[in-house]
Amino acid sequence: MLTSYFPIALYFLVAVVIGVGVLGASRVMGPRKPNAAKLQTYECGVTPEGEVGPRFSVKFYLVAMLFMIFDVEAVSFYPWAVLMHQLRLFGLLEMALFVLVLGIGYAYVWKRGGFQWQE
Amino acid sequence: MAAVIIIVIKGLILAVLLLTAFGVLTLTERKVLGRFQFRPGPNRVGPGGSFQFLADGLKLMLKEEIIPNGADRFVFLLAPTISLVAALFAFAVIPWGPPIHLFGQTIPMEIGGPNVGILFLFAITSLGVYGLILGGWSSQNKYSLLGGLRSSAQIISYELAMGLSVVGVLIAAGSADLNNIVSAQTNLWFIVPQIIGFLIYVVCMVAETNRAPFDLPEAENELVAGYHTEYTGMKFAMFFMAEYINMVTVSSLATTLFLGGWHGPWLPPEIWFIIKVAAFMFFFIWLRATLPRLRYDRLMAFGWKVLLPVALANALATAVWVSVVAR
Repeated sequence: MLTSYFPIALYFLVAVVIGVGVLGASRVMGPRKPNAAKLQTYECGVTPEGEVGPRFSVKFYLVAMLFMIFDVEAVSFYPWAVLMHQLRLFGLLEMALFVLVLGIGYAYVWKRGGFQWQE
Repeated sequence: MAAVIIIVIKGLILAVLLLTAFGVLTLTERKVLGRFQFRPGPNRVGPGGSFQFLADGLKLMLKEEIIPNGADRFVFLLAPTISLVAALFAFAVIPWGPPIHLFGQTIPMEIGGPNVGILFLFAITSLGVYGLILGGWSSQNKYSLLGGLRSSAQIISYELAMGLSVVGVLIAAGSADLNNIVSAQTNLWFIVPQIIGFLIYVVCMVAETNRAPFDLPEAENELVAGYHTEYTGMKFAMFFMAEYINMVTVSSLATTLFLGGWHGPWLPPEIWFIIKVAAFMFFFIWLRATLPRLRYDRLMAFGWKVLLPVALANALATAVWVSVVAR
């Protein structure tokens, strides 16, 4: 069981070495002559103004929350899908029940405007 | 010990191939886009401009690294690293050919093939979103923050439909191991019975990689360049590499799931795999040359209100077909 993950773990190390290597290489090779204007953040050429952390739409939180819920449900489809040939009608009915509950939640979110970006 | 050496060599070859693919792809994209717009594209460096990507890489290497005032230095450096490592790592489970026999050893043509390969791949590609949001947040730039937020919301929204669009394939193959999915397509590619799943997957894969017409995270005319506005030199290049390697990965997954993987007549299987992936790459560039960018509210509505229910219906329809009609 674990042996199939050992090569992957090893490859992960290779990927990390490459990632950190690329980051380090440019630090070593590039020049470094900072000045105040260069270190300013870019706002189309004018001096940055206002707070750095602007207020942003609460919708982003909502999307993240809905994603959590629906993604867990999407993942629970996978084992069912793999075993579908054995489960057959039983599996189908079980999943129909599951999708019914999911559908009620989905319809509720839709009705309350959860998928609507603008009022 | 020999096994460890083989794995490390394979890993290095794969990583070098992916990075080379990135270089060639940037050049191809500029050349092809040029042709679409009746201009030659880059043609000065090397024969026909073919060394352009090497020159670009060298130039980015030698550029100054700027970390803006007030930026969280550690997170600022961590973000592009996460993006690149996740992009390289995700490819580990994709089989790019049948196992080969070399020096009396059977070497599978993928790094590792866990029996939940597809789940592993989705999990790792999702990690790339951390690079985007952390890069946008740590830059101390309003545009970067908005770009990072937008892209993460977009990616997680389309990930749902993407995850559900492949359920039909899992039902048909009866396995989540990518090797088994490829061998289940010996006679019939899954694009035929799973055409709806394939179409949803293709739309989602373009949205997942932030490519036109779903390139809202870097909508130049409203967000400067989105989450990578403040990144310079090689750190910018790392985000760029991650984007192109992710394009290769999602195209390879599309090939594996729907187009029979490395199966094909006459030519060697590895060549077939490359041809199919290259076709997807051309499709990506073609889309960018043809379609205008979507509006953000329409993009989100399309993902949640159209793709998600259609993908769910497709999964259920496949289940009904398998368990009732075709038994």
